[in-house]
Amino acid sequence: MIFSKYLFFILSFIAIYAALKVLISKKPMHSVLYLTLTFFAIGGHYILLNAQFLAVVHIIVYAGAIMVLFIYTVMLLNLNIQGEFPKSRLAKFASAIAGGILLFTLIAVFRSYDLKVLADPSLNQIGLVKNLGKILFQDYYLPFELSSILFLAAMVGAVMLGKKDIY
Amino acid sequence: MIGNISLNSFLVISTLMFFIGIYGFLTRRNLITMLMSIELILNSVNINFVVFNRFLYPNQLQGHFFSLIVIAVAASEAAVAIAIIINIYRNFKSIDVENLDQMKF
Repeated sequence: MIFSKYLFFILSFIAIYAALKVLISKKPMHSVLYLTLTFFAIGGHYILLNAQFLAVVHIIVYAGAIMVLFIYTVMLLNLNIQGEFPKSRLAKFASAIAGGILLFTLIAVFRSYDLKVLADPSLNQIGLVKNLGKILFQDYYLPFELSSILFLAAMVGAVMLGKKDIY
Repeated sequence: MIGNISLNSFLVISTLMFFIGIYGFLTRRNLITMLMSIELILNSVNINFVVFNRFLYPNQLQGHFFSLIVIAVAASEAAVAIAIIINIYRNFKSIDVENLDQMKF
């Protein structure tokens, strides 16, 4: 299918461009909005990869919940006036070298190593909620329930840290 | 739906996103932007899980399950981190990481 290839390139371009703009933009609000665009592009990638339920969960959790949290925090802290605090040139250079070397090493590895692909085109219904529910409630029942305890602990911790007079 | 896109092109995209996140985490001094870089890193790892699930074991769902766990951890981490950031802003009137040296000495 030539159509899905074009779709992949468009989605990848949007994802990488928006991820770069997250770092380039001066105002934190613009960074948050570009990050939302990145998340939508990643959701498109999940649909390309037959992970339909995961794509929907990703959009709901990231673009719906986490981004609202970020946007409210940026508005609450009034960061657009302060602007960005630039770091020293040396630190930027050092982190570009450190990230870039590993990046080029990994990309060279991907280019030289050809993984055997076992993709079966008839299995395009595997990512629906029916199959994923079987995995969640049979094979991985304990980690699934433990994640709810994690959520409870995070909620209690966030409320306790957010209270004004705890000291 | 996958057509003839190779596994490696997905891996290159997720690697690029991972290192954009690393660079942002190391160079920015704004706590909220650092948190957003962490979200980028976690998302690129999620893409890797789903890609390997799709290409190597297309009839199993373990990669999807681990992605769901990573999403849950990222959500709770963002909530706690933003509560901490708001508390820091209340005490220091700034979220520049260079100002946070009270516990350093």
